[in-house]
Parts: sequence; structure tokens; C-alpha cells
Amino acid sequence: MSDRSQLLATGKSFAFDAETDAEFERLAARYPIRESMIMPALWLAQQQQGWISAETIEYVAERVGTYPAKVFELATFYTMYHLRPVGTYHICVCRTLSCYLRDKQEIVDFLADEAGIRPGQVSDDGRFSLEEVECLGHCGSAPVVQINGEFYEDMNVEKLRALLTTLA
Amino acid sequence: MEVKILSARFDIENANRIDVARQHGAYQTLDTLFAMEQADVIETVKASGLRGRGGAGFPTGVKWGFLPKDTGKPVYLAVNADESEPATFKDRYILVRDPHALIEGIIICSYAIGCHDSYIYIRGEYTSQVKILQQAIDEAYAEGYLGDRVAGRNFRLDVTVHRGAGAYVCGEETALLESIEGKKGQPRSKPPFPAVVGLFGCPTIINNVQSIASLPFIITNGADAYKAYGTEKSCGTHLFGISGHVEKPGMYELPLGLPLAEVIETVAGGVWKGRRLKGVIPGGSSTPVLTPDEVATVTLDYESMAAHKTMFGSGGIVVLDETVDMVKLVENLIAFYHHESCGQCTPCREGLGWMLKIVRRLLAGEGTVADIKLLRELCDNIEMKTVCVLSAACTMPVRSYLDKFRDEFEAYAIDGAPEQTELREG
Repeated sequence: MSDRSQLLATGKSFAFDAETDAEFERLAARYPIRESMIMPALWLAQQQQGWISAETIEYVAERVGTYPAKVFELATFYTMYHLRPVGTYHICVCRTLSCYLRDKQEIVDFLADEAGIRPGQVSDDGRFSLEEVECLGHCGSAPVVQINGEFYEDMNVEKLRALLTTLA
Repeated sequence: MEVKILSARFDIENANRIDVARQHGAYQTLDTLFAMEQADVIETVKASGLRGRGGAGFPTGVKWGFLPKDTGKPVYLAVNADESEPATFKDRYILVRDPHALIEGIIICSYAIGCHDSYIYIRGEYTSQVKILQQAIDEAYAEGYLGDRVAGRNFRLDVTVHRGAGAYVCGEETALLESIEGKKGQPRSKPPFPAVVGLFGCPTIINNVQSIASLPFIITNGADAYKAYGTEKSCGTHLFGISGHVEKPGMYELPLGLPLAEVIETVAGGVWKGRRLKGVIPGGSSTPVLTPDEVATVTLDYESMAAHKTMFGSGGIVVLDETVDMVKLVENLIAFYHHESCGQCTPCREGLGWMLKIVRRLLAGEGTVADIKLLRELCDNIEMKTVCVLSAACTMPVRSYLDKFRDEFEAYAIDGAPEQTELREG
């Protein structure tokens, strides 16, 4: 999401749950160096908590055996790690080339004007957040929208309006 | 025109599941493979003429041949599934519709180069796709195609999926290695090349998903069967992703060497809405644009693209109709590359930002003709002055739009924002 400059603290300690922990250990055995686990650990943490907090960074550093600054460096370099809570439904609209040519802007405008969901923001009720992202690799079925990881292809305003209703 | 080599199982329901894939030929190469000497596998791939399908087109077998012998270090295979070049979506089809072709290809390559640990670097955005891939890998382990004894042979092979997290630059092979090592995806200076000093300091081969998935056909049917498709120097078939302003966008497997104009017309249904063609981006956003005159003469192979001063690239063909505002399109492209610059080299980090400011100034009606010259000078001054080719991936196409559609840039500089064409609404 928009602000990637600072970490937010939850005030609560973070730790992997049992299932996540098992996946961490399975993956850790696959790499000859521990630092390779920073990215997988950040993914696992985000999967569990929804976003990466200051406590998560500390925890991942401890588990991997590295400095928190190194984890912070990767969490900010790689844009898919959320450093802020996102909405219950996190919407990504592809902004690049083929989606641009097939009117992705109509989708962004619809979300902003009618649904009140603006790029880089979380809606007041916390249900939706929106991000305009770079090429999502679905150019042959552009424009494409990704909601909580699921792809919706050949999108248009009518389809998206109907889809949002089912999410409500 | 379409052929079914890579896409043979694409339309079979549940071909991502190992039992279905096996019923349709998956893993049947392995008996042939393990009866071959490692060197013979490499020679067969060389003889097939297979070239790297990530975009650079370097001969795959030749790349394998660069590995130093008997270093005492492990050899790694990194499979590049980061496909992030705008307009490119071919590898996704393999990952989702036929992941076992990829795994079988990984076994072939690993056996040939003596690799026991392979990593698939998949872009983070492929969230549902990575689940399908991991499920296929789990099935392959369960059925004994991966693990301590591959297909019952004395050969260990582990395959691990490493997820990226939203950085285009990680498709550059040394940035990809850095990322697996737990670092920012910032490309390395070369030499040394990854074949000598790659992942974890060890000899490493990095191959694109489609290159690897092409191997089962080549080993099963032989180099000549593969060479029967395509042209003399551009052998085999390729997954072409056609997008933009066509009636039937999508994924089509075609032999190399077909005329681009004919492919657009007959395979993709022609320019949509009965409009005229304005240009074609032939192989992903970083390839220089072709005018309709050039489209009429170019064929879909490495040599013809080079002769037309563009590149074959990733097979991501984007068709632009007459309504496209080339200045706005260039703004969209520069914004992408500026966003994706890793920040390591000043000409790229700063220069692409300057280019973006200039083109936005033109779009706002505040630019001058001198800005167009400045934009072109920037292209010349940024290109090839950086560690990797990300900046060139931006400057090469931008220069082509400036040269081939200069009047549109001048219209913004002289008249401000031009009138909307009526067609835009249609």
C-alpha cells in the first residue's frame, strides 16, 4: 500500500502459529543459507497476520538469524509486502500496457467515483482497499482485477459492480 | 497455423493433476533420458536449436555448456518464472495448465547439468498459480519423480518454489539469484557469469519456464523433430500471447517464422472494431514498436525482428489501433520502468524519472519541441550505462516511438493537448 517509509507497531508480540511454523521449517531445510528464508518468512507472516508490522520484522529477523534492518530492507524493496493493514478485500487493478489499452481507467474511475475506493487507500469501513499495480500477466484477457489473490479477467464496470455486490 | 507441442495438454481438463497428465504422456521421457549420457542430452538440446524463451534468445544448450567441470561445488538450476514484462503471459499457461511438463523439463535439465537442487522463482503476483504449481510438485514427490531417487534411479532432485514479491527486475537473472539469496533484487556486474559464479557462489543455470517445458518434446522426439518447426536459425515453436486491440486476444502456439500481419489477421481475428492498425509491439513492452509498413514485412523469428531493428523478445505481441495516443502510451511505459528500477544505478534511477517528468510535461501541454530532443538525448545517455538492461528496456522502445511517431509528440509540444478523436468513444 501507499506509505512504505515506516513500520507500524501493533503493540502485541508476533509469532508463527503451529502450521506456519511447520512450513517455515520445511522451507528452511531447502536452502544452504539462512538469509534465503527472509522472503518466505515475510510471506508466511503476511499470510497469517495480513500485513507486516514492526513486531513481525523483529520476529522474522530472530527466526532467520539476521538483523531486523535486513528484513526491513526487503520488506520495503518488495512492494507486495503490506506495511499497513489492507481492507478485508484488497483490490489490485493492473495499470500497465495491455490493461491500459483496454480501458483499465474506467475501472479505477468507477471504484473511486461510485464505490468510494481510491488507490492507496482503505475504505472507512475497512472492507476495501485499492492498489493500482504493474502488469499482472493476464494481458490476453485485459483488463484484469485481482481481489485477495483471485484473478477476474475481461473486466468491465458492469462485471465489477456485480462482483462487489457479492462481496458485500 | 497453430501447433500443439508445448500446448498439447493445455485444453485437457485437469491436466495439472499428475494422473491426468500421465495419461497424456507426462514423464514418459524419463526412460529415454536416463539411458542417455549427460553430455548427449546437452548435445541433443544444442542440436535442437532451442533458444532461451525468456526474451534474450540465447541458445539453451550452449548456455549449459558454459558450466565449468569438476569444481567440487554443487550445480544449481534456477527456473525463471518471474514473467513480469508487460504483455507477457505465456509462462502462466504452462504453470497452470501443464505444470508437469515444467517439472519433467526440470528433471531433464538437472540430469544433464548434474544439478540436485532446483529453485523455481515465481512472481509474487501469481498467487493462485503458485498453489497449482506447488500441488503439482507435491504430487511429483509423492509419485517418486522428485526426491532422493528420481523415477527409481540413483539420482536425487529437490525442487523448491521461491516466491518473488512484486519486483520486475528479478526477472533479470542475477537479480533473481540475489533475491533467492535473501537480498534486494539488484543485478550483479558480469563477469563472472552465473554459470561460473551463480547461486550461493556456485555454478548455476538460469532458464525460462518455456525453455524448460520445451525439453520433454526434444528428448522424446529428437532434435530433428523440433527443428522441423520454425526457420533455420529460429527453431521450434513459441507461445505467443496476443493482446491489445484485436478481436481474439489470447495465447497461441505457433512455429517461429510466420508473417506477423497474417498471424494478427487470421489467428487473432484482426484489429478490433474494424479499425485501422497503427502499430505493433512485437515481443513485450521493451521491444521497439513496428509501424504498419514494417508489420507487413516482418516475420515472427529472431532474425527478421533484428532486421527490422526490434527484438523477438518474449512473444508478447501488442496490437495498437488507430485511436492510440502514442504520447500517453509512452507515459504508461516509462512510469512502469521508473517504478521498477531497482535504484542501484544513477542513470536508471534518476534518468527514467526525468524522462517521466518530461513526457508528463508534454501531456500537460507545458512542453516544448526542445523537450522532445531532450527526451531522445536522455535515451542515448542512459542506455548501456547501467549494470543491467532494465533502463535499455525503457529507452529502446521510447526512442522508437519518438522516431516513428514524432508528429504526435510535436503536436503536444506545439499545440498542447490535441483534440480527442471521435473514435475513442466507439
